[in-house]
Order: sequence, then C-alpha cells, then structure tokens
Amino acid sequence: MEMKVLRGGLLTTVQDLGRPGLRAIGVPAGGAMDALALRLANLLVGNPENAAGLEITQTGPALEFSADALVAVIGPRMESAEAGKPIRVQRGERWSPGRVLGGCRAWLAIAGGLEVPVVLGGRGTDLRAGWGGWQGRALTAGDVVPVGQSRHCPDSEHWWLDTRWLPEMEKPAVLRVVPGAQADEFAPDWHETEFGVSPQSDRMGIRLQGQPLRRRVPDDLPSSAVVPGTVQVPPAGLPILLGADAQTIGGYPQLAHVITVDLPKLAQLAPGDRVRFAPVTLAEAQRRRHERQHWLGILRQGLAEKFR
Amino acid sequence: MRFAPLGDAAIAVDFGLSPAGVAPGRLHSLTRALQQNPPPGAVDVVPAYGTVTVFYDDGEGSDFATRCAAIESRGGLMVGASDDVEVWVEIPVCYDAELAPDLARVAAQAQCAEAEVAALHAAGEYRVQAVGFSPGFPYLAGLPERLHTARLATPRTAVPAGSVGIGGAQTGIYPLATPGGWNLIGRTPLRLFDLAANPPARLRVGDRVRFKAITREEFAAWK
Repeated sequence: MEMKVLRGGLLTTVQDLGRPGLRAIGVPAGGAMDALALRLANLLVGNPENAAGLEITQTGPALEFSADALVAVIGPRMESAEAGKPIRVQRGERWSPGRVLGGCRAWLAIAGGLEVPVVLGGRGTDLRAGWGGWQGRALTAGDVVPVGQSRHCPDSEHWWLDTRWLPEMEKPAVLRVVPGAQADEFAPDWHETEFGVSPQSDRMGIRLQGQPLRRRVPDDLPSSAVVPGTVQVPPAGLPILLGADAQTIGGYPQLAHVITVDLPKLAQLAPGDRVRFAPVTLAEAQRRRHERQHWLGILRQGLAEKFR
Repeated sequence: MRFAPLGDAAIAVDFGLSPAGVAPGRLHSLTRALQQNPPPGAVDVVPAYGTVTVFYDDGEGSDFATRCAAIESRGGLMVGASDDVEVWVEIPVCYDAELAPDLARVAAQAQCAEAEVAALHAAGEYRVQAVGFSPGFPYLAGLPERLHTARLATPRTAVPAGSVGIGGAQTGIYPLATPGGWNLIGRTPLRLFDLAANPPARLRVGDRVRFKAITREEFAAWK
C-alpha cells in the first residue's frame, strides 16, 4: 500500500522513537517529540511501538491511501478526526485530521507503518542534518510513501483509548523539573517566573521569553551531555527547553531538566503559550515514570489481544 | 568522581578537568567499560570533557542509587588501568589559502607568517575531548597557545565539509556543511562522517590526532 500526500500541512515529518546509541558521536536521538503519543498511536493500529508514523505540527496533512487503511491520531483535540480511536479510511478517500486544536502537535500512526529507509538505525526525519524520514525533509504535496504490511483487527470501530492517555493542555503549562547541575547559581526563586514561548522554537529547542534569569557565576563551562527536557540558560538569561532534536552536548548552564512524564506537555507548547516550572524531587520523577510504565504495560497487554 | 542526575533520563559522572583543561585518563577507561558492558537500561554513553553521561531507556525503572552503583561497578573493573589504549589517527590537511579563508586572521593574531601557522598546527599532538555540535564534529585539545584565536563575531551560515578550524583554545573539523563560527585554516579531503560507513564517525572521544600537511594537488587527487 502507498500513502499519497495531497497537502503537506505546516510541518509534517516521518518520526519513530529515534536513533539512540549514537550520541557519543554527536548524532541526536531525535524521534517523536512525544514518544508516548507515537507508541499509543502505533498500539491502536496494531503496529510495533517503534513503527514510523507522522508528527503533525499545528496544521495537519491531507492524505490518500491506495488501499483501505487503519489509522489513529494521538494528540490534543483535532479539528476533523477523533483522537485516541482507530479510524478506517477508504481506499482513494481524501482524509485529513485537520488542525491541532488547543495544542501544537499530534502523532498519526498508519497500520503497517511507513516504510522509509532506516538511516543510522532510525526512520525518523532529522531536519537539521537533512537525513532520515522521507528524503530528510518535511512532507509536501505529491510525495508517495510506501506503507508496510498491517495486522488484522476485526472490531476496531468498537473501542477507543481512555482520554486520560491523551496529552492534556494546561494554561499556563506547568512543567515539573528536577534541578540541574547549575541550579544553585541562579536566584532561589527562579521557578516563580512565568515565561512565554517564542516563535523561534522548533523540534530542537523551545525558546522562552520574559524576565531574564541572572546567573551569579559568570564563568564558562565545558560542554557536557544534554537530554530532551534540559532547561539551559544562555548568557542573555532566557531559558531554552531542549526538544527531541536537541544536540548531544551543550555548554550553557543547565538550570533544570523536565521530568520524562512531562515531556508530552513540552511537545504541546506553541508560540505565545505561557509556561512555568515546578521543581520536584528525583524520587518523585522516577515514581511518576514507573507508574506510567506500569499503566502502559497493562494497556499493551489489553491491545495485544485485539490484533491477529 | 561525582554523580549528577539529568532529571530521570540520564546520569552524568563528573571527573573534573586538569588545570590544563584535559580529562583524566580514568574518564576514557570508564567510558570504554560502559560502552562495552552497558549498565541495565543504558542506551547511550556520552563522554565530553570532564564528564561521561549515561542515558537510560524510558522503560528502565531503577532509582538513582542503583544506577550509580551499576556505573561504579563498571568503573571498578578498570582499577589498575591508568589510561585507555592509545589510538592515533592521522588527518591530512591542505593549508592552501584558497581553502583557508581565516589563515591571514590567525597569522595576524599570532604575529607570524601564514606558513608558520600551518606548520605550528600540523606539528601539534591533539586529543579528542568531545564529539558534538554536529554529527562527528571533534573538539581537539592540544592547540599551541600561540594559535589560540577568538571565534568569528558573526558565524558563517555555511562552512564547507572538511574545513579545519580554530575556536578559542581548541581546534576542530567540520564533518558536514553546517553554519559555524571558527577560524578556518585549512581543509581535509577525508570524510569524517559517512552514513554508509560503520562506525559512521572516524573520530571518537579519547582518540589522538596528528595533522599532516598536504599540497593542493594531493588534496585534489585524494580518494
């Protein structure tokens, strides 16, 4: 089967769960900004969780399939598709999820997964390097992407995902963070500042604007590893939240790190949104992550029985 | 050796740097031990300057203390190993002015002839301190002090692949055509990052590097 792109949307890229294992040689892990959302979308259509799907940014694509297809969207409320439910698309039908309402990004899985070449161990698009995904770039009208073999699900119309699994939107967004190595070098009330999201934001970093944070120590730091979720503060004092395409190492002070279970909220930040930080302990961050893995395990088991 | 969490996703082991800004040999031996025998759930081991950072898979649920103990046990296996094996890599560089737009700037700063900049650079012995910024980009320590040159005030929007540059006290090589603010003093015909090669990057943290000056003809003829 093939997926034909009739309209690319604002920024639609092929993404999987990334290409870990190559950070030591400077290759970002990349992959979906919200890895859990892509996993869930894939589970809903019977795919391996790491299958390549689409990451949609604000305005979704319009697509057409060369055979009957089963798709699923995970994201905030969508303009023309129901999130969290398998959707049957007829062969030759023009289908679009429309705009992402009340958030920034959504993930679309297609049963069978997108069969793009594996580059450096991953199928995701690295826009900066210009490789992976579909020809190393965002999708555009006229692209025809092969889709792999799907599994059979007889009753996909009759069930859906509990909405608590969908990314929740808060205004302002409150990101739980664990303090970073240089947190002590900033005024202790740093987390009371509310920031706005700058339009100069992308998959690499979400730039914040507002009252600058002052670092008490002026000295340079040697570069060290950063993770998606690292809150780094360049000399001008306006934090940058690193995203999935973050570089592997960085030399800016590390104020904090967004906890893993709150990365889905980071992926929903759009220009103009408000955001603030809520420090938590590392133990709390790990407990939340553990809890989420537990529920994901139960969901996996339940869904495994639905596909043959 | 100090352990610092990067949230719940990774742990940095900080060795600190010598006054000369060089990582201790123990960092390289721990890196090798962690890469050859990764702790449970570890997906990436990233050395950079005085730290080595271990990244964990989302499904890895153990707590900070357990993870630190697993890292430390790998370190324990290396007791007695003063440093890792010496890996030397020779990089041919053409210092021809046409491929070195900032050679004159570095020469003016060092108060010497352009040819002397090339000779000084090629005579040095270097060690990879970190790989990053872009895939395969090596940050090399060992640049003769005389050649230390501040970065460009305005970075170039496009630096050709293979360009050899000086940024402050470090030298490095741009493996891919990217933007960049280092002073360009030459170019290597070698491909330092190749999607088709295994491993795709020619240089790793800890490798030792020598540069070999080549002529414009040798550069053009390089396969």
